[in-house]
Amino acid sequence: MREWISGLGIKALNFFIYIGGTFNLMVSTIFQVFVLPFRKKEWVIQMYKVGVLSFPIVFLVAFFTGMVLALQSAYQLTKMNAQMYISSLVALSMLRELGPVLTALVIAGRVGASITAELGTMKVSEQIDALRTLAANPVKYLVVPRFLALCIMLPLLTAYADFVGIVGGYIIGVYKLLIGSTIYWKMTFDTLAFKDLFTGLFKSFIFAIIICIVSCYEGFITEGGAEGVGKATTRSVVISFILIIAADCLFTALFYFIFP
Amino acid sequence: MIEIINLSKSFNNAKVLDNLNLVINSGEVIVIIGRSGCGKSVLLKHIIGLMSPDLGQVIVDGSEITMLEEHEMDKIRLSFGMLFQGAALFDSMTVGENVGFTLREHTSTPENQVRDRVANSLELVGLKGIEKLMPSELSGGMKKRVGLARAICNNPKIILYDEPTTGLDPIMADAINDLIIDLNSKLHVTSIVVTHDMVSAYKIADRIAMLYKGRIVAIGTPDEIKNTKDATVKQFITGAAKGPITDLE
Repeated sequence: MREWISGLGIKALNFFIYIGGTFNLMVSTIFQVFVLPFRKKEWVIQMYKVGVLSFPIVFLVAFFTGMVLALQSAYQLTKMNAQMYISSLVALSMLRELGPVLTALVIAGRVGASITAELGTMKVSEQIDALRTLAANPVKYLVVPRFLALCIMLPLLTAYADFVGIVGGYIIGVYKLLIGSTIYWKMTFDTLAFKDLFTGLFKSFIFAIIICIVSCYEGFITEGGAEGVGKATTRSVVISFILIIAADCLFTALFYFIFP
Repeated sequence: MIEIINLSKSFNNAKVLDNLNLVINSGEVIVIIGRSGCGKSVLLKHIIGLMSPDLGQVIVDGSEITMLEEHEMDKIRLSFGMLFQGAALFDSMTVGENVGFTLREHTSTPENQVRDRVANSLELVGLKGIEKLMPSELSGGMKKRVGLARAICNNPKIILYDEPTTGLDPIMADAINDLIIDLNSKLHVTSIVVTHDMVSAYKIADRIAMLYKGRIVAIGTPDEIKNTKDATVKQFITGAAKGPITDLE
């Protein structure tokens, strides 16, 4: 019993250390964003790695999701002879929910895992210590470019996923369910309001912060060679996924009351 | 001068450094010997401020560094160079970018002069003309020498060597020993070398200090250490499998 309580205490302590560590990393990252010199070349490289290289996978995921969404909604709506609302349903679902969340999950898996593996390898091979001995701040040097790249590119990728998802729905709606093309686009854009786009993009900005801070923090605390890097990478993806879903729930509820 | 006063550090309740005291004079080569895992690298990391002690002080040229903020410590670190056990070269950079890192990051030295300094540093470690190679294209020994070139490129006043000859062939190990002696005599740097290679220790050291159970148990010139009566030190320097160190384990 005593051991069980002490184990619980250690777990609680480690939880609070983790929360404190990630919060501390987030604060120092935001502070370092404004400290000169700006490493524009490194920002561009990271934006390319995070954003441009993710376009194909985001395209595939969003395109198929849009198609599936159209087909699944058709399953119910055709029974009520309300197929024309498929376009509105696809557009709203993509912009408000699936675009931001699916893109964030894809990026957490593709980019977050790679960030943790890279920084974790640097940690276990003493490269991060070497950076510090050369008077280079690891947060400024390693985290800030990734942070900016994710905060800029994830909302852009989300907007791209929204569009691709709507196109996926359009293909099913127009060519399979035989809804008129003009009606499909009209029903899509008539339903959408600016707040639908804004709330989705705002959420994706929050998800970018989550992915960056979790994956960088996991990289920085990696210990134990190749096995440690593997474990840290898995942990980084799992924690990012959970936090993305939790943050999505929180912000969706918040927006529901702010923008009813 | 570096003064280490009552330095203590524990990991998971295991005391690695236990009230350690040591004074390192400017311009000397001090070699710290001791068994693997006895805390030699931990001591080096405290000297350059990569680790904070649980207790005690590290004073570098009159400045107590253990309480300094990271950005204040960075100013002091510019007078240091450190060679890591596994070289710790940045994988994403070429050899030239690795070696010239400090000059490019912290000085306004023109690029052509940086390139000259990088070339000179590489030539000093016997690796002329490999600036464009990536670390993944180098052998273990070459990586170590590039790590040394990086450590000396900005003309530091203090150089820390973590196992500089481990993993090198005997000829290259001796070349590194000569280089340490050379840097010390030409540039008057203070060298702190952590090793368990006794051949290297006898050759390069002005003084040898033995770390055992978290404390410096013996310190003296290579001759004094060779002729020590201390059974613990004697067992270590002769590499005997039986003796007070192993009897206690």
